[in-house]
Amino acid sequence: MMQQVVTYPLLFQLLLSIILMFVWRRIDLQRIISICGSLVGVALSGWLFFHVWTNGTQTVQAASWDAPFGITFVADTLAATLVLLTSISGLAVSSYSSASVIPARLRFGYFPIFHFLLLGLIGAFLTGDIFNLYVWFEIIIISSFVLITLGGEKPQIEGAVKYFTLNILASIIFLTAIAVMYGLTGSLNMADLAVIVPKLENRGLVEVAAILFLIGFGIKSAVFPLYFWLPASYHTPPSAVSAIFGGLLTKVGVYALIRIFTLIFLDDILLDDILLIIAVLTLFSGAIGALVQKNVRKVFSYLIICHIGFMIAGLGMFTEAAIAGAIFYLIHDIIVKTNLFMISGVIYRIKGTINIKSLGGLYEKYPKLSLLIAIPFFSLIGIPPLSGFWPKISLILAGLDTNNYIVIGGIIFASLLTLIVIARVWSEVFWKNPVKLPKREHFLYFEDMTNLRKVQFIAPVVFLTLVSLYIGFGAEHIQQISSRIAGELLNHGEYIKAVMPKS
Amino acid sequence: MKTIILRTASNYLLPILLLFSIFILLRGHYLPGGGFVGGLIASIAFVLHAFANGLKDTKKLLKFHPGYLMPAGLALSFLSGLLPVVGFDEPFMTGLWLHHPLPVIGSIGTALFFDIGVYLVVQGVTLTIIFTISESA
Repeated sequence: MMQQVVTYPLLFQLLLSIILMFVWRRIDLQRIISICGSLVGVALSGWLFFHVWTNGTQTVQAASWDAPFGITFVADTLAATLVLLTSISGLAVSSYSSASVIPARLRFGYFPIFHFLLLGLIGAFLTGDIFNLYVWFEIIIISSFVLITLGGEKPQIEGAVKYFTLNILASIIFLTAIAVMYGLTGSLNMADLAVIVPKLENRGLVEVAAILFLIGFGIKSAVFPLYFWLPASYHTPPSAVSAIFGGLLTKVGVYALIRIFTLIFLDDILLDDILLIIAVLTLFSGAIGALVQKNVRKVFSYLIICHIGFMIAGLGMFTEAAIAGAIFYLIHDIIVKTNLFMISGVIYRIKGTINIKSLGGLYEKYPKLSLLIAIPFFSLIGIPPLSGFWPKISLILAGLDTNNYIVIGGIIFASLLTLIVIARVWSEVFWKNPVKLPKREHFLYFEDMTNLRKVQFIAPVVFLTLVSLYIGFGAEHIQQISSRIAGELLNHGEYIKAVMPKS
Repeated sequence: MKTIILRTASNYLLPILLLFSIFILLRGHYLPGGGFVGGLIASIAFVLHAFANGLKDTKKLLKFHPGYLMPAGLALSFLSGLLPVVGFDEPFMTGLWLHHPLPVIGSIGTALFFDIGVYLVVQGVTLTIIFTISESA
């Protein structure tokens, strides 16, 4: 039984969405199933993480076809950690959506699709086959497209078209890259590719494939020249949907980049330089973009882009410390970004708008809630000892080691601008004198919610804040996990051996 | 399109097409065919019936909303994949087969139930889409 634990979180999400489809019309029942199911999902992912932590990389050959012919599911520490984080965010957003998403949207299958999205994310983290990775990406895109258009408001459709066009383009480029790789090597298993690719003679074509992967995943993770779809679409759907998108969707792209460039395409100086340049430009453009936005959720969207730069910078420097920093940042970022978008939803439900100009006086009215919100804000900026601080230190130290002073400059600049942006949001939304807003008709205000809904609404924010506090104060543990992941990524012999024991 | 010829023909075509779809479904393991094509043919049977007799009659014939075929088929496929995990500690989707083939149907294994699941999902999706479109038109 222990070997199969790798696929349990995956299978459980599928089971959950099937059960939810059977009760399509009963949204009250769907809420309960989704929340309880997500709790079980967290438990299963925790079990997987613990199992991997004590016993090392685990694999399952689906349908008993041995690698490299069958599809392998590989849970190394990186995959197990990300699966755990996905389940934690999923639990928070599940509870949050049952309070904040209006019943008219829930009736059209919100919860089944939401769990399909989690299924896609978990599958993408666990798979060891590059074509299978593409398939999980498709599952993610299709379910996220349903979630982003659910409700069918005009701005939603506009955002969805942009989102869909660019993501399909990314998928096509990704698929082309897979085709090139398959033509070169005759294999799709990532561990097998890691063995074959370094021996290939045709280095030019390998480089082309690497660049194609970089562009495909670059669009998905919203790095510098390819990020325009993100701020154009993430502010349109309900904030519960933005929360899961902001927390996890771009991170899958980052995960894929980390996996591909630590396993298959190694020792490529050109690529490392490209990654560093992209990282610095992403840091700059995201931070400057966030500075001028008036819509709270658009500000957060640009901050997502900006902070992707930290992880790419860590990958570009390619030392053990730098990758450990990038992984630490990834862990911190998933939790904090999910939380941020949920907070934007809380502000929206309290005031009825998320335009910075017309908000204000939140601190006066809800002092406790505001102090709670301050914690994720401070973690995001990286005020010691909160969670954003530690990975930045690792990244800056790694930059000093490798003499990448421009990258250090970028990191410091982006951190500073994040501070300014968050300070501006804080003073405008929480401290400024309140502007008199007209009451909106047919709008679910926070005050009008029942007590149960209020708990379902605020508890996830508290929960994720506690998780970020743990990441900050228990930084030693997280650093231990990240260093182990970085070690595993850089010595990928073990990964290959786990997938193909015979070779 | 309520012509008497089509209506009479569709009454005979519906069972024949359904039988044919099951034939296609069963032969699909080694030969061209399988759950996907079988499901499409089965839904063509119902669509033809709806063209000839009107949507209301077809819905009466089906007795339940075709949308429920989707979770039912998914569940069947999922459980056929899960059986080796739960019962035999084998990886997900490992094929399990009965030792002796049955007459007419042939060997019975989890792959067959997976395909029946696909058959149901395809029918559910196609009929839901077509019924929704023709309702709103």
